[in-house]
Amino acid sequence: MSRAILEVEALDAWYGAARILTDLSFELRSGEVLALLGRNGAGKTTTLRAVVGLVARRRGRIRIADREVAGLPPYRVARLGIGFVPEDRRIFSGLTVQENLEVGRQPPRAGVPVWSPERLFGLFPALAGLRHRPAGRISGGEQQMLAIARTLMGNPAVLLLDEPAEGLAPRVVDHLAETLRGLKGEGLALLLSEQNLAFAGVVADRVCILEQGRVLHHGTMAALLADPTPAHDHLAL
Amino acid sequence: MSMAHLVVQLLSGLAAGSVLFLIASGLSIIFGVTRIVNFAHGSFTMLGAYLTIDLIGRLPDGGFGFWAAVGLAALVAGGLGVLLERLVLRRLYRSPELFPLLATFGVVLIVQDAALALWGPEDLLGPRAPGLTGTVLVLGLRFPVYDLFLIALGPVVLGLLRLVFHGTGWGTRVRAATEDPEMAAALGIDQHRLFTGVLFLGSALAGLGGALQVPREAITLQMDMATVIEAFVVVVIGGMGSLGGAFVAALLIGVLQAFGILAFPRIALVLVFLVMAVVLMLRPNGLFGRAEPAAGSHQALSQGSFAPPGPLARLVGGIALGLLALVPLAANDYSLIVLTEIFILALFAASLHFLLAVGGMVSFGHAAFFGLGAYGAALAVTGLDAAMLPALALAPLAAGLGAALVGALCVRLGGVYLAMLTLAFAQILWSIVFQWSSVTGGDNGLLGIWPEPWASGRAAYYWLTLVLCAGAMLGLRRLVAAPFGYALRASRDSALRAAAVGLPVDRLRWLAFALAGALAGLAGGLQAFAKGSVFPALLAVPTSVDGLVMVLLGGLEALSGPLVGAAVFHGLETEAMRGTGHWRLLLGAVILAMVLVCPSGLSGVVGRVAARLTGSARRP
Ligand SMILES: Nc1ncnc2c1ncn2[C@@H]1O[C@H](COP(=O)(O)OP(=O)(O)OP(=O)(O)O)[C@@H](O)[C@H]1O
Ligand SMILES: [Mg+2]
Repeated sequence: MSRAILEVEALDAWYGAARILTDLSFELRSGEVLALLGRNGAGKTTTLRAVVGLVARRRGRIRIADREVAGLPPYRVARLGIGFVPEDRRIFSGLTVQENLEVGRQPPRAGVPVWSPERLFGLFPALAGLRHRPAGRISGGEQQMLAIARTLMGNPAVLLLDEPAEGLAPRVVDHLAETLRGLKGEGLALLLSEQNLAFAGVVADRVCILEQGRVLHHGTMAALLADPTPAHDHLAL
Repeated sequence: MSMAHLVVQLLSGLAAGSVLFLIASGLSIIFGVTRIVNFAHGSFTMLGAYLTIDLIGRLPDGGFGFWAAVGLAALVAGGLGVLLERLVLRRLYRSPELFPLLATFGVVLIVQDAALALWGPEDLLGPRAPGLTGTVLVLGLRFPVYDLFLIALGPVVLGLLRLVFHGTGWGTRVRAATEDPEMAAALGIDQHRLFTGVLFLGSALAGLGGALQVPREAITLQMDMATVIEAFVVVVIGGMGSLGGAFVAALLIGVLQAFGILAFPRIALVLVFLVMAVVLMLRPNGLFGRAEPAAGSHQALSQGSFAPPGPLARLVGGIALGLLALVPLAANDYSLIVLTEIFILALFAASLHFLLAVGGMVSFGHAAFFGLGAYGAALAVTGLDAAMLPALALAPLAAGLGAALVGALCVRLGGVYLAMLTLAFAQILWSIVFQWSSVTGGDNGLLGIWPEPWASGRAAYYWLTLVLCAGAMLGLRRLVAAPFGYALRASRDSALRAAAVGLPVDRLRWLAFALAGALAGLAGGLQAFAKGSVFPALLAVPTSVDGLVMVLLGGLEALSGPLVGAAVFHGLETEAMRGTGHWRLLLGAVILAMVLVCPSGLSGVVGRVAARLTGSARRP
């Protein structure tokens, strides 16, 4: 099996004086989907933000393709191939759809799929007709597509997605799951923060269950679906 | 006046407005991404003008030399903007709004002294633009071709800027980073490099604006502040972040000034300010602006809770006060004069500290109220033959009224708006006092404002000042710990939450603003009788900045800060006046050092040292 593309080891993180993450470790290979599951406030978002470098106070090792990135500013982390799609999407609402994509553009990187607006419009046909529309004036589902597409423009090796299915209509969620599986098929590594076991169950290969900023359970999705006790214990199901 | 004259005046206003647009667009672009009002922007305009004159003298005569000088001046200004971003602004993007304002003002002071040293105090006249020296006939009147060129240049620059921001990847990234810097960074955008580029572009526009003024008017050392205030007014009227708005507003202001100078030659600036006031009342985001995101990324200036002093502090304070009361028994006249001056400065600083640290409002024009008090008292004496005490009572009244008026307009806005509006108001008051010489004595000031016989001895006036200043400062201290103080602090920390629990936030802030103004006025009144005279400099920008420097020197988090700050400031000023002629250079350096190295002031340093000595740990 290939080496891990993203390794997180003994990660601690704080907001101000409050310790949010404690001794968090996991790793992720290319073409694999790992779901971080946990209740509200378990620390899923904080984990993703800490990996990208958006949490000011953190400690531990974060390696992408064997390169230590823990001390780097977010833009350097992004340029090393970590793409982040935040929970609230953070679309640039004053820019058009096309311009949002352009903002995400980074040079191609060896060994990972290369994206262009045309290719992305193929992946998300709903966006194709909206290119010149201000991104503040497209629907929530379209904004989620745009957020993912914009991050893909950076040709990432690892895609971090924070509750991407939240607030979307069931039909859109199905399409999203389909798309994510496609990305996995192209060799991207996906790190997914989820509260929704149903969605994670369709997409993820492995799971980490978090509670109060610690990893409580680590295993394959198949095993969890076969015996959901840990999920019942630690998720609000 | 004939139709032809009106048209020519209109065209002339449009030409001035075009240049103003270049400068204001630069300010607007820089504010857009950095959220910093860069005072040094006006300095870059001034430098652009001086450099152009300087370079024209060194380059071959003729068209090439002239335009090369203009281009080079703009490039140098852009380069200075880059330096400013790298060395100063970069460290201040997240600090409270006051710090970048003060730091860039420190740069203004340094540039002023440098320009004075390089090019001397006289106004400079440049050559006219080769190839554009002629005039054309407009309805039978002569009108300069150069002004027509400027009128055409405005829209061209607007178009180019649009192209840059809407047609290039760089411009798109700048807009993205303006809207959401964190998300832009997560997408791999190096904000600092982007901002450096923005500072280059914006500052080069400032330099270009200055360079293009050379053929039109005399270049003076006062150009910097006048320019940056006007440019800010343009940006506010047009709407922050809207280049089209800045264009319309710049032309509006240009034309308004052109006609204002005809109609009210002395107070054209007042007209501009009135227009801004009306626009802000009707459309708080300017003509073309969108609502700003409520909270910027700036930290609060102070979170201090200013608990009432403990028994020990009271004891120490009481003893200190007692000792100060005994000073006249032992000290000579000179020490008494110095101490009297320090008390007055301390009260002025304390009123500003109250506004900043307790009210959370940054004023860059607090000297207006100091000056209103001083002139109020002085005019009562010279005009109404009032005795000292009634005149002294009038001082806080006049200043408080003035502050209530200004506050009604600007406390609602807060942030840099408040800072710049107070500055604009102080400038206007200054120009009124300066120009209206039949009443105010103009530049010669008002003389012979002496205390009544019973208070005219050094010791007597010392005691009077001590009683009034200490009384006012103690009263302020009580007020901070009283329900009004609590409510004000709650409004400072979170206006939304305070409003949600039913506090009348705007009214609290307005009252605090009026009170701070009144106390500054009392200090001003005392100053008038201490010096026996008043001059327009009392309400000029440097006096406002002195106040801010004292507050910052002393430290924001302690109520005793202003006293310490005033004493240290007075000492510094006296020493510098004696030592070198470069007071502005020194003050600018002190400001930069304070903001960049030691923003918590002397009381902060003392507090940290004390904490280290007593071993109480601080988290990183
Ligand atoms: N900016 C912040 N400042 C202080 N504390 C925060 C901040 N953001 C999150 N927290 C706290 O950190 C903890 C973890 O939050 P986080 O957002 O990572 O959880 P989450 O698992 O993503 O939850 P959710 O499912 O609600 O998105 C929570 O207790 C939260 O209150
Ligand atoms: Mg979350």
